[in-house]
Amino acid sequence: MSIFVDENTKVIVQGLTGGQGRFHGLRNRDYGTKVVAGVTPGKGGTDVDGIPVFDTMEEAVAITGANASFVSVPPRFAGDAVLEAARAGVSLVVCITEFIPAKDEAYFYNLLANDFPGTRLIGPNCPGIISPGKCNIGITSGSIALPGGPVGIVSRSGTLTYQAIHELSQQNVGQTTCVGIGGDPVPGTNFIDCLAAFEADPETKAVLMIGEIGGSEEEKAAAFIADHFSKPVVAYIAGQTAPAGKKMGHAGAIISGSQGTASAKMEALTAAGVHVAPNPTVAGQMMVDIVRAF
Amino acid sequence: MDLFEYQGKQFFAQYGIATSPGGVADTVDEAVAQADAAGYPAVIKAQVQVGGRGKAGGIKIANNADEARQYASAILGMDIKGHLVKRVWVERSSDIKKEYYASYTLDRGAKKYLLMLSAQGGVEIEEVAKTDPDAIVYRHIDPTKGISRAEIEDAVAAAKIDQEARSGVADVLELLYDAFLKGDADLAEINPLILNTDGKVHALDAKVSLDDNAAYRHSEWADWQATVEYDGREKLAKSKGLNYIGLDGTVGIIANGAGLAMSTLDVVNQVGGSAANFLDLGGGASADTMSAALEVINTDDKVQAVLVNIFGGIVRCDEVAKGIIEALKRVELRAPIVIRLDGTNAELAREILAEQGSDSVIVEPTMLQAAKRAVELANRGA
Repeated sequence: MSIFVDENTKVIVQGLTGGQGRFHGLRNRDYGTKVVAGVTPGKGGTDVDGIPVFDTMEEAVAITGANASFVSVPPRFAGDAVLEAARAGVSLVVCITEFIPAKDEAYFYNLLANDFPGTRLIGPNCPGIISPGKCNIGITSGSIALPGGPVGIVSRSGTLTYQAIHELSQQNVGQTTCVGIGGDPVPGTNFIDCLAAFEADPETKAVLMIGEIGGSEEEKAAAFIADHFSKPVVAYIAGQTAPAGKKMGHAGAIISGSQGTASAKMEALTAAGVHVAPNPTVAGQMMVDIVRAF
Repeated sequence: MDLFEYQGKQFFAQYGIATSPGGVADTVDEAVAQADAAGYPAVIKAQVQVGGRGKAGGIKIANNADEARQYASAILGMDIKGHLVKRVWVERSSDIKKEYYASYTLDRGAKKYLLMLSAQGGVEIEEVAKTDPDAIVYRHIDPTKGISRAEIEDAVAAAKIDQEARSGVADVLELLYDAFLKGDADLAEINPLILNTDGKVHALDAKVSLDDNAAYRHSEWADWQATVEYDGREKLAKSKGLNYIGLDGTVGIIANGAGLAMSTLDVVNQVGGSAANFLDLGGGASADTMSAALEVINTDDKVQAVLVNIFGGIVRCDEVAKGIIEALKRVELRAPIVIRLDGTNAELAREILAEQGSDSVIVEPTMLQAAKRAVELANRGA
């Protein structure tokens, strides 16, 4: 099994006719993902390498029966694209767009939460989600992932997701699903959402979690793990040496005052029984050791 | 983008929030002229983006032109916690009866906007939160619904704002929400928000931080953007589209991805070194991007070794290796360079790099080994 996406996921790429949308949309299809349509207003009736393009999400969903969308449009259009996908009734929206204004993000997050509880948003500003061998939505390189589980991965950082996948695959430890939840202040899906799904997935036996400085999502995840999570968790928090008051690349990765430090997150996770690693390499090795001992 | 106080007051003015009349000055003569125009007693305030400027002597009240000259001379050019005062704000001193606190921000945890209001203003709100937490009223706001006048009035009453100031404070809170929302501020804070002896309420200070991602819809930010200060390297990096933050160590860092770059800083620290910078190349790692990154790092005299940490997913490592070799031809590095490439086609990439044959280009297979080697070289060079 896997979480959120599998071999039955049918994806529409919003922005398929753009440079990024085309590049990643076609790569996702080549991986085996059912990419059934694209949507670009004004380009309905055309196609991208055989994938039909529609003017609206509503039309695309009605005709193809898609249940997921991949938003790859510029920041100023991203909010509307996410809401259009939700209104069209898809249950999953993956938004990779970076640099979306925080007000737009807070608005569509809350609108989805209020009016479209059946739609899960992953991102924005994330690498996407891959269930190896089944479905890849986003920009993760499928070639580094290894199907078959037993490890689930959830991460705020793109490159560290790839790093984590690679550490495991190299030692022949596969993954059920890898979710990049993104580095923005208001992510649509958080650690707890992923942990709850991994807990319910019988094929996921352990979870590798990668957090970073900023916010308090890791602390909340720690509390959730202590009370509701039965499987082993290994965690790494990036930014242990980051100075306060500087955004470390991601909009969400900033220490303000004493809030959001790596040490506070690591302490909370350790107290919740999580195996906390000092760096990604050690985290990978810890996970390999845990899996080997099963 | 964090605004200076005077810019914050300009921002407030755009949304109709009252402040004390005044003006900016870059020289002592200008400051005296501004004080004469505002009338005495006049307040001269250092424009720096750091807390505690009052305690540091950066805020003075002048009762006449001679005092204005004396204080402006002292404040202009002053160093406040490493911030050089280049500009002062001069305004008419207010007859303060009471000081309050008001702000709107995004509460990341709750994923909603947050109004904070307190009858105890004029001091650090963090201090109030510690010493008298009940003195702060918190109201979460659903971004899809906003905040109504009735909800604002309720918050004002709950914060025990003085009766005579309640309607004035509520007016400011309505305008401030508008400014926060339409002005795309991450933070819009007034501390203190004052009740004057004449019964009027107005903003005596302005702390505003704007969301850079929203800059495309605010052409009116241009003047403020022009005053953002970067050190020379940060400016150079920005002009080349790199995400760079200067630090104090001796190992120059180049990585692809914010997370990996942060992680590289961590690992360098764990093996006994210190990073000279944070540098995220972004998704690509072409010869052009790599040259730009090396060029920026090369201008940092503290750097004794460079560590390149790349994970190739979609970007193939062999292409990155070729890019690095090309970049090394364009930029003459002062320090040795240690390269770690992992991911797609990593073996091939290492062969390509090994063939170029320079002693000062070292290839290591893992992040940890590469960091150790770079730190060793940096410590030797220092």
